[in-house]
Amino acid sequence: MKFGVIVFPGSNCDHDAFYAVSRNLAQPAEFIWHDSTSLGHVDAVILPGGFAYGDYLRCGAIAKFSPVMKAVRSFAAEGGPVLGICNGFQILVEAGLLPGALIRNRGLKFVCRDVHLRAATHDSIYTSAIPPGQILRVPIAHGEGCYYADERTLDRLEAEDRVLFRYLDNPNGSLRDIAGVLNRERNVMGMMPHPERASDPLMGSDDGLAIFRSVLQARPVSA
Amino acid sequence: MTVAITPDLIQQHQLTPAEYAKIVEILGREPSYTELGIFSVMWSEHCSYKSSRRYLKKLPTTGDRVVQGPGENAGIVDIGSGYVICFKIESHNHPSFIEPFQGAATGVGGILRDIFTMGARPIAVLDSLRFGRLDDPETGERNRRILSGVVSGIAHYGNCFGVPTIGGETLFEPCYDGNPLVNVFALGVCRKEDIFYAKAAGVGNPVIYVGARTGRDGIHGASMASAEFTEESKQKRPNVQVGDPFMEKLLLEACLEAMRTGAIVGIQDMGAAGLTCSTCEMGSRGEVGIEIELDRVPQRASGMTPYEIMLSESQERMLLVADKGRQDEVFAVFRKWGLEAAEIGTVTDDGKLRVRHHGEIVAEIPNRELADEAPLYDRPVAPLPPVPRHATSWPHTADPQNDLLRLLSAPDICSKRSLWQQYDYQVRTNTIAGPERADAAIVRIKETGSSIAISLDGNGRYSRLDPFDGAMLAVAEACRNLSVVGATPIAATNCLNFGNPERPEIMAQLVEAIHGISDGCLLFNTPITGGNVSLYNETLGEAIYPTPVLGIVGLLPTRGPMTIPFKRPGSAVILLGGIRSCDEAQFGATQYAKEILRELWGVPPTLDFAYESSVQMAIRTIVSENYAESAHDLSDGGLAVALAECCFGPNEIGAQVDLPSSLRPEILLFHEAPSRILISTGNPEDVARIAKTFEVEALVIGVTMEKGLEIRQRSVTLGSWDIATLKSAYDQQLT
Repeated sequence: MKFGVIVFPGSNCDHDAFYAVSRNLAQPAEFIWHDSTSLGHVDAVILPGGFAYGDYLRCGAIAKFSPVMKAVRSFAAEGGPVLGICNGFQILVEAGLLPGALIRNRGLKFVCRDVHLRAATHDSIYTSAIPPGQILRVPIAHGEGCYYADERTLDRLEAEDRVLFRYLDNPNGSLRDIAGVLNRERNVMGMMPHPERASDPLMGSDDGLAIFRSVLQARPVSA
Repeated sequence: MTVAITPDLIQQHQLTPAEYAKIVEILGREPSYTELGIFSVMWSEHCSYKSSRRYLKKLPTTGDRVVQGPGENAGIVDIGSGYVICFKIESHNHPSFIEPFQGAATGVGGILRDIFTMGARPIAVLDSLRFGRLDDPETGERNRRILSGVVSGIAHYGNCFGVPTIGGETLFEPCYDGNPLVNVFALGVCRKEDIFYAKAAGVGNPVIYVGARTGRDGIHGASMASAEFTEESKQKRPNVQVGDPFMEKLLLEACLEAMRTGAIVGIQDMGAAGLTCSTCEMGSRGEVGIEIELDRVPQRASGMTPYEIMLSESQERMLLVADKGRQDEVFAVFRKWGLEAAEIGTVTDDGKLRVRHHGEIVAEIPNRELADEAPLYDRPVAPLPPVPRHATSWPHTADPQNDLLRLLSAPDICSKRSLWQQYDYQVRTNTIAGPERADAAIVRIKETGSSIAISLDGNGRYSRLDPFDGAMLAVAEACRNLSVVGATPIAATNCLNFGNPERPEIMAQLVEAIHGISDGCLLFNTPITGGNVSLYNETLGEAIYPTPVLGIVGLLPTRGPMTIPFKRPGSAVILLGGIRSCDEAQFGATQYAKEILRELWGVPPTLDFAYESSVQMAIRTIVSENYAESAHDLSDGGLAVALAECCFGPNEIGAQVDLPSSLRPEILLFHEAPSRILISTGNPEDVARIAKTFEVEALVIGVTMEKGLEIRQRSVTLGSWDIATLKSAYDQQLT
């Protein structure tokens, strides 16, 4: 299964995502520069963490206009798996591919630390390989990771079983402890924690690998 | 516009009449206003090291692994398998006082550029920070503001750039009230054949400018860093530059990519003294001339004068020399990354820096004389400032039960989690040991299967009492920290923070400290590959403590880290190195003297180099042969503080120890003699055997247990704590 890792100017977890899928998961991977109009022949796309365009404006607000986003949109529309991690989640939200918004952490400071997550649904290509009840230890590293949406949206997300992960120890004030969500079609996901940083026991945890492994096991139809 | 060169103007440029005479001699005429500005920044203390250079020459700078010593943007050391690491420490003290957030942020930016200028991708940052006391009724509030500004500035820049900030030290003393220290260390990695140097070559080759536009910001920053703070310094806020980490990230990727084209001959960043420094230093190193036309320099403001353009310290700019005819390959890479680049001049054969503006020559100076022949001073050295010999108030009764809690909550000792949690310490997924996990920070090198351990150490209190011993103890402690995680120390960088060198007693501190570093680095076989000197750290006539900070790197195979906390109950607790001795005089620089007695007297702890070296060899063997479950060296706060810190693991395992010693209890618990490491082990016989081989004492002092810490002296309980109590003292919110 081939993973494409999008590189925006200012992405800085691109190498980490690439390393996690190519070395820890042992799958082919390639970088896709943000001004590409096509994704080439990839089976899944990762929008990595970082500070696309410096995030001097609202996080992700400029990246959503990158040429590659059009290709990401059609890839998603065709049912391809799209993973937005941290800044990637912020970009997907800005691009309207996922609901809600990510605002300043409740503590007003950037926070880097391990958090504990529970998969809130196992009915997804991102969580199917995670044993029910398992708690994942995965790091966060963000200043604007407080998940926010209006009550109706939150209710709908829950009613449609689209909350992907919840924090057990909410680090940023996210509403209803939401750490990750799915789109309605369940093929686009965004999460603030960094599974690619928890894909190697040497880094203190390989709990995040279960997320990539789920995608691999789901084996979506290749384009 | 011609500006008359008057004695006043010369003085405003901090040039002495003798220095001015030398300028006239070099040029064979009076300098123009632009030339005066150029000389003043290149010959400032910050750029020329004119007070310290004659002593810095004595530092050991060579070794089998050293590929590049001092004199380049950063030092380079061979780590085997075809790879090298590139590292340096630098200060940004003055700007961080004037504008803490941007001052610290641009400090990070500057040192990162020094690393990637050499072709290495930065993979780790550490910082050594010192502030005034946060609880001072008069200055506490300002000190808190400076602390929180500095920490968020470092976080802002490093996090966005994408380099992990993996460790360092943060300390507090009244002497840093008006003069905080912000020393930033950065380390990068590259293949040995991919190293680039800041050297111009090839007459006729184009000189290319890339990155941010030049503005009026930061003019005379280097000179500001070469003067004491006065009331007027507050007016100098515009001298502090504003950092743009996103631009720097683009520069990093673009420069590394452009280097891979093979079309770049030499490259240097524009840091202190901006375009002036980069042009004349590259020319001087390559023994060539450089001619530039300022009209072609991308500018942020309109109507800038040659003086302003040459002296601007706008951030995120690089200067490079490309192969003639291949510049389009370089421009194509910069275009891809959305960066502005311009050909601003050419390499010439006359050895001169020639600057044109609208075609007219506005400066013409021989590169070598400008860059390398700054005046060298042999400043008067007087006896060291006096220190108190004895404690004035030391009650006969100690209260270990409460004293340990007071020390754990002291700002120097307490957890700095509230600071380092604001740093992304994991990006690039190489961090094997981040902040407060082990005695040294560790990053793996994915390409080689080896890891680099890094420790920054300095002790202003020790150095105040004796700058030679203080500096040597800093070398010893940094090396010990590396040894505790199983790494072999291989090379060092230093940042020398001192007061005004024109005062003979300050000069004496500087000279002594350099000797201490020199002897220490020779003994530990860690050559100095570069560094930074920051003088004039004084405010209103008050100098800081002499504060040499060492950054030492070590090499170890990639594996899980040797961490601080006890792992399981029932393991033997061993004090490798033994209890050691300490008399009243040697107790005067300890954290106990500082926090409990509020005094500083006597001499620093005594270092027995041969013993220290044996202890370090022993611990490296114990760790690499997997006999230790945990390891932690004794430093600030001594044995009791180290024991408490070992209890703060996820399982909160404590210990019961009994100390066979007749020392006064507070000396026994809190003295800071070096050469001591606390380990827990399931294999005490093996540890004893290895210790014996190295003729080092391995004193079994107790056993780990489920709950609490109890310390006895010859069966008499000195204190007993539950871990939650210790932890709540240790967990302080500093910002």
